[in-house]
Order: sequence, then structure tokens, then C-alpha cells
Amino acid sequence: MECQGEVIAGLRAAFHTGVTIPLEFRLTELKGLLALMEENEAQILDALHRDLRKPKFEAAISEIEIVRNDICFAINNLKTWMLPEYVGTNLATKFDDCFIQRQPFGVVLIIGAWNYPLQLILLPLVGAIAAGNCALLKPSEISQATEALLAELIPKYLSKECYVVTCGGAEDTRRLLENRFDHIFYTGSQAVARKILLAAAVHLTPVTLELGGKTPCLIYGRIDMKTAAKRLVWAKYFNAGQSCVAPDYILCTKETQDALLPAIREALEAFYGPDPQKCPDVGRIVTDKHWNHLMDLLGKSKGNVTIGGESTQEEKYIAPTVLVDVDETDILMQEEIFGPILPILTVETLEEAITFVNAREKPLALYVFSDEPQVVTTVLESTNSGGFCANDGILHMTLPTLPFGGVGASGMGCYHGRYTFETFSHKRACLLRSWGLERIGALRYPPYSDTRLSWLRWATTTKKSSCSIM
Amino acid sequence: MEKQAVDCARKAFLSGRSRPLQFRLQQLHALHRLITEKEAEIASALKQDINRSQFDTPLFELIGLENDINLAESSLADWAAPRSAKKNLLTLSDQVYTQAEPLGVVLIIGAWNYPWALTLQPLIGAIAAGNAAVVKPSELSKHSASLLKELLPQYLDQELYPVVTGGVPETQELLRQRFDHVFYTGNSTVGKLVMEAAARHLTPVTLELGGKSPCYIDKDCDLSVACRRITWGKFANCGQTCIAPDYILCEPGIQDRVVEEIQRTLLEFYGEDPKSSPDYGRIINQHHFDRVIALLEGSTVTVGGKNNREECYIAPTVLRDVSPHARLMQEEIFGPVLPIVPISGVDEAIRFINDREKPLALYVFSQDKKVIKRMLSETSSGGVTVNDVIMHYTINSLPFGGVGNSGMGVYHGKHTFDRLSHHRACLIKSLAMESMNQVRYPPQNAAQLKRAKFFMLTRLCSCARFTCVWAVLATMVALGLLVALLVVLLKDTPV
Repeated sequence: MECQGEVIAGLRAAFHTGVTIPLEFRLTELKGLLALMEENEAQILDALHRDLRKPKFEAAISEIEIVRNDICFAINNLKTWMLPEYVGTNLATKFDDCFIQRQPFGVVLIIGAWNYPLQLILLPLVGAIAAGNCALLKPSEISQATEALLAELIPKYLSKECYVVTCGGAEDTRRLLENRFDHIFYTGSQAVARKILLAAAVHLTPVTLELGGKTPCLIYGRIDMKTAAKRLVWAKYFNAGQSCVAPDYILCTKETQDALLPAIREALEAFYGPDPQKCPDVGRIVTDKHWNHLMDLLGKSKGNVTIGGESTQEEKYIAPTVLVDVDETDILMQEEIFGPILPILTVETLEEAITFVNAREKPLALYVFSDEPQVVTTVLESTNSGGFCANDGILHMTLPTLPFGGVGASGMGCYHGRYTFETFSHKRACLLRSWGLERIGALRYPPYSDTRLSWLRWATTTKKSSCSIM
Repeated sequence: MEKQAVDCARKAFLSGRSRPLQFRLQQLHALHRLITEKEAEIASALKQDINRSQFDTPLFELIGLENDINLAESSLADWAAPRSAKKNLLTLSDQVYTQAEPLGVVLIIGAWNYPWALTLQPLIGAIAAGNAAVVKPSELSKHSASLLKELLPQYLDQELYPVVTGGVPETQELLRQRFDHVFYTGNSTVGKLVMEAAARHLTPVTLELGGKSPCYIDKDCDLSVACRRITWGKFANCGQTCIAPDYILCEPGIQDRVVEEIQRTLLEFYGEDPKSSPDYGRIINQHHFDRVIALLEGSTVTVGGKNNREECYIAPTVLRDVSPHARLMQEEIFGPVLPIVPISGVDEAIRFINDREKPLALYVFSQDKKVIKRMLSETSSGGVTVNDVIMHYTINSLPFGGVGNSGMGVYHGKHTFDRLSHHRACLIKSLAMESMNQVRYPPQNAAQLKRAKFFMLTRLCSCARFTCVWAVLATMVALGLLVALLVVLLKDTPV
């Protein structure tokens, strides 16, 4: 690994030249990134296939299109985002200019993850570029083909001085974090996130952490089971269950479970055919180590496999699997599953399901399927989560106009669309005072008196808006 | 004891009673009453803590709080309402919005220099956002701390907003507990420890720190007005303000006049003997007195310099021709000592500022728009006031906070509400309109992919140009229809 300190010093020097500040530069770089996505689609799909056997459709939608969409969104709106934001003043500052200026932080570190190796590193990069920062990209070493591709393509399309890709393993990342950055953006696990926060504290570096957790999926009440099952199956087994916002487990009544299982079977058959292993639309587990871990969980679970359960080690394949008779002490309920294994826990009432969810860490996402609006509202109002989606899964994170991020143990900060720009910007309060009106200004000077104080109060107080007519 | 207070606050939060808007408004109103009814007691505590003058209490502590409470009370319904977001084709018939939700239990660690403002202003936002809050005032301003401990439970819900007093051990014990946000105002050294403690629980933090706030005086400006404003901001609260102008940068040619004007203003504000002026404060304690006096080592005093350790009195002091390597220039002064560092012009000033940590505030005095523009675009800082000092702090529609070493996160007004809320992304779909969804399901092919791209990730919500074209086309069509209608109507009108 090249000398990290030198690379970071180089980025800092580039930032200090001011080259990343003008709108034109940022647009040029964003267009460069767009060209990278558009001109290398085949190589990208190939790398993703080699890393995760990612089906072409999934790769196209969840890696290429989502990034292209975000880049276009930024290009179309960046000029507006960069404008000073004028805010309200009080009487004493009526003739002054009061606005918020957005400024880049400087050199930011973006650490990607292996499950969506392109999206999770490039979406933050879009915002970092848009906000005028320089960036050091550290893609996950687990998704090796994509890592190598990024290392090859980024310097071809973007400014080599301002955006650098660095490769390496856990030890290299640890050493990287000893350096000072102006913002760290990390996607991954809670355990590593703690280490990153501790390293960031040394330099007082702000961080964004996109973590995970067990995403609950409540199914309750009157429901179109066939449609619900299709959406649930799509969201769960997309990328072989390796999504931070995949529904991790289901909470429903026994009656609902009885209706749900055949609907899931039907959806799986419709999607993947009778033998999912042969279906090109089914992905694989990323590494042997991860496959072994999932098989271990499956083996130790006290639940009953009612759908799927087949697996092949050489291919790192696990069939879309559903287990019933799982309870909260089960090994499957102790950590985020991150695979194509779906446990169903039964409850008697909606309240019981809500209590179950609230007894656990706040998840990154929370899903509820129901045709009854009251059920949806009750769950929404009684729980907390990073994001929430009713009657579908994952989709809330595909809109660039919604903030994507966790809360509590599932993360801090958010991004996508304009939110990424805001994440990588410092909002600087600016007040341009006029030279005049010094007489009013003088009210604040000593020696003090009661009269001065009451004039000052009048000039500076925000009045509570009161309408005596209404 | 600390753990008990936190557990109690969490239990109270989980009961859900801090969430209804009515409750939050009631608590904010009660806080307002505390401030107005107990102003005299607060002023007395501040006098004992830091020799704050009677007028400085409302001026520096209470007016800002009242403004923030008024704003929260009148805007809370708006702030707490769902904020809708633009949709794409696939979600056109769905509800798409963000909903502000409370985080849970917030820890607020106040500071001693403005013990009421810096402890209660975050609390206003915490209450407005529906959180519980453990309030830890600074032990250095001990009269204010014990008064707050006595008063807050008389006005606010005792379980939701406990006050915990104490020193370093008590603060450390608090920081071992788990919170949903930690809001700290103080210095960078302790700031790092706070962030480290919070890291163990993956707790987000807001750190309002400090640094050396530079004040650049351009040769092209009204020096008399500039120096009056600077003198006010520097020596208020005896220089113990995180956004006080820490040092001056100016060309040697105007240095004499700057010193003269400051001296003249000091006379006007505090008289011949500032020690006997009721409007001039004191250093908080002897430890800080010693610290500030030690900074003077190696530099020559031009104005002031008199001091009295027993009374923690340091006269308003100005030093000219200070070297960038002087002790005074190595750390935040936080006292009534104002060094002037001569520089050759705005280029050197910008370099000087950028060679150092990003400050909490930056001040520029100039009548030249180009100079102001350069300073704004070529430097960074938490906030900026041009042609005055401190004032950006007083406008609660502006976000107040630092960057880099001077802090992270912003607050004041709505910004506090937003900072202490979680903005949850919500997508409410119905199980109907499933036909549109078919495009995303396997088995997949090229044609289906194309349709999916169109529905799922269309750029409909983002195209400013697209909207513009649409607007023009729509207007043309509308005009065309209008013309056609007029033609039809006129044609039918009998002659």
C-alpha cells in the first residue's frame, strides 16, 4: 500500500489550492463520474458478477442506475444547492445580510462496503464532489473485483490530485484512521464503527455511520397476501439477502403465517423457478467465510426450515430459506442475518410485535405490511427506525429526495441526493453588518442603563406570533 | 446518583409523555416563566460567579433564550409536522415524507462563561424535539449551577429533565451512561474525551468548542466604528466568550490608530478605572487568572495590564506588535487581553488564518467588497460576522456551531430542533397498483430492465431543465387553447 500519509498530504495540498471550489470544476468531475458509469457498464457488471454473482438486473438497478440517477440529480441541482441561503433577521439587523454559506470540509475519507460495492462508495463520493471536497476512497477488500476496477477507473475519469482510491485490508484501514480527515463516511458494521468513532475523536473529525441491525417486518391485519409476499420476497432475497435494509425477520400471528407461507412459495417459484440454484437471477454469498457463518447459524437454529434450506459450498449458494417456530432466544435472532434466511416469529397481537421491536436496538429500516391504514399508523407512531416503509421493502432508499441513514445503533447522519451534499458541507453562518445605524448599535455598549436595555430588548426580541383575530 | 437520574429520565421518556406537542409547549412555557420570574435571582448568581453586571444578564443570557423559546412555541407545530419529499413515477400515488422524531435521552453539558444561555438553549431544542434531557451545568459557575438545580424542578417535569451537578468525577460517571445524543459546550481537550466516551455507545455528539477567533481590520474601513464594536465584543464578560475576537490582524500603518481608538472606547465604556466600573466583569477563578497572566509572558503591554489576583481582576489589556510565536498566540486567550499581530495585507492575513485551526468565529472589518468576498471564500470558520463581532450568534435563524477543531454540529432556533431529532424517511405504499411493480420482479430480461429503469429511477423529480421545458410547453399549450377558445367565442357572437 502506498504511503498513506503522503497520499493524504497530497489531497490536502490539492484542496488548499482551491481547485475544487468553483461550480464548473465540480460539474466537470460529476460528469466524469457519469461517463465512468456509462462507458464501463460491461466491466462493472462483470466485476459485480465475479464478486457476488450479482444478477444483471440487480446490478443494473441497484449499482449502476441508482448512482447515475444521483449524479444527474446533483448535476441538475448543484447550482441551487451552492447558493447562499438567506434567512430572517430581527429589527436590529434589518439592513444586514444574513445567510448560510455552504463550505466543503476539506479531505474526506469514504469507506465502502462489499454488498453493494459500487453504490456504497460512489453515492457518498457524488456528494463529496458536489460539496467541493477532496476524497480518499477505501473500497472493501472483500469485493475484490470491484475494488480493482475502481482503482483502475477512478483515476481515468476524475482528477487524480483530488480523488484517490486506496486499497488494503483491515490493518491498512486501521493505520489510515490514524491520519486526520475532515469527515469520515463509513458503511459497515457496528463493531468497526466504534473503532472509527474512537479514531475520529482524536482529531475531532465528524463522522457519518451507515450501519445495520435487524430490520423487523411486521405483517398484520387484513392483507392482500399474494402482493405482500411478492414484495417481501423481492426485498428479502435481493442480493441473496445481503442488504442492510433487507427484512431480517418477520413478526406475525399464526393465522397470518399460515396464509403467508404458501404465498411466499408461490412468489419464489414465480421469481426463481423450481430450482433457484440454476436461476441467473439468484445471487451468491460473498465469501466462503460468510457462507460458513450463515450455514452455522442455520445449523444451530432451533427453528424449522419450511422453505428452502439447500446449499452448495463450492458455489457459496444458499437457497431462499424460510424458518418457522423461531423464538427470540434463537441464534438467528442474536445478530443481523445478512443472508437469504428468513425466520418467522409468531405473536398474538400487534402490541406484542411492537413491544418486541421496541425492546431491541433501533433498526436501520422497519417494514409493516397491512391493508389497514390504522395498523400502519400505529406501528409508525409506536416505533423508531432509520427509515420506514409500509407495504414494501427497500424502496424508501431508492428515492434521492428521502434521507437515508440510521438512528441509535443503526447509525448517525444520512445521505442520498441533496442530503449527501449537506453531509459533506459545513453550514457557515454569515452576517454582513452595515456600517450605519451605529446609534442603534450603541444601545448594547456600556455604561449600561435601564432605558438602553429596554430599547435593546425591543429591537432584538423575536415576538411570539399572536393573532388576536383567530 | 448519576446513573439513577439517567435511568429515571429514560423511563420517563419511554412512557411517551414528552412526545405530545401540547406537553412540549407547556414545558417551554414553564421554562419561559422561570427565566422571567427569576431574573433577579439569576442575576445575583451570575454576579457571585463572574461579577456579571445586572444588565449583562438579560443582554447576554436571557434575551437570546426568550427569543428561542418564543420561536419554538410559535413554530413547533410546523417543525414537528411531516415534511413531504418529491416522488418518482413508481411512488407517485404513495406518501413520501420525513417525520421528525425525538432521539430519546439527551445529555447537555453546559459551560461556565454563559452558564444559563449555554445550558438552557440546547434544552429548549431538546424539549421542542420531544426528548428527555439530563442537564449538567458547569461546576465552575457554582452559584448558577446550584440555582439551576433548585429552580428547574420547580418549573419543569422533574423526571424528564433532571439537573445533575458536580465536578469531573460526576461528569465522567455521566458519560459512562448511554445517551441518545450528547451536547457539549467547552474546550477541545474535553471535547475529544466526550466524543470518545460517546463512541463506546455509538452516540452522536454536538460539540461547541472554541479556538482563536481572528479579527482582520482592513486599512480601508471606518476605524472608529470598527474599534468600538471590537472593544465591546472583546471585553464583554471580561473576554470570556467563545466567539470573542481573540486577536487582531492589521497592517502596521493603522496599528497606532487601532490602539488609540480602542483606548478611547475603553475609557468611554468603563471609565478611568475599569475595576470600579459596575459593567466590567472578573475572571471566573484564580486558576484561569493565572493562565491568562502567564500568556502575557514575553510580550509587552501597550494598554492596561493592571491586575489583582485576589479579585481575579485583569484590566482591559492590549498589546501591539505581537509575534505569531508569542505565548499569547498559541492557545485561545479567553480573557480581556487583545494582541495585535501586524501583517502586510489581506493576502498575508488569509494565509495566517488558513495556517491555523479553523476558528469558531471569524471577523472582517472592511469597506472594500472585494476584500470581504475574498475573506469569505478563501477561509473557513464556524461563523462570520463582517464589520462587527459576535452578532451572528444573536440571530436564531442562523446555525451556530464550529468546524474542524472548533466543533461539530449546529444549533439555535430550528437548528437545535433538527439537531436533536431523527428525521425518519417514510414511504407509505398501498398493496394496490401492483401491475407497475411487476417490472422489478424476476425472471428478468432486457426489456423489463428498461421499463424498470423508467419507473423506478426516473429523473422526473430532479430535472430542473425538464421542469423548465415542461413549463414552457404547458404555457404554450394553454395559450393556444385560450386563443382557440376566444376565436370560437368571437366567431359565434352575433354581429
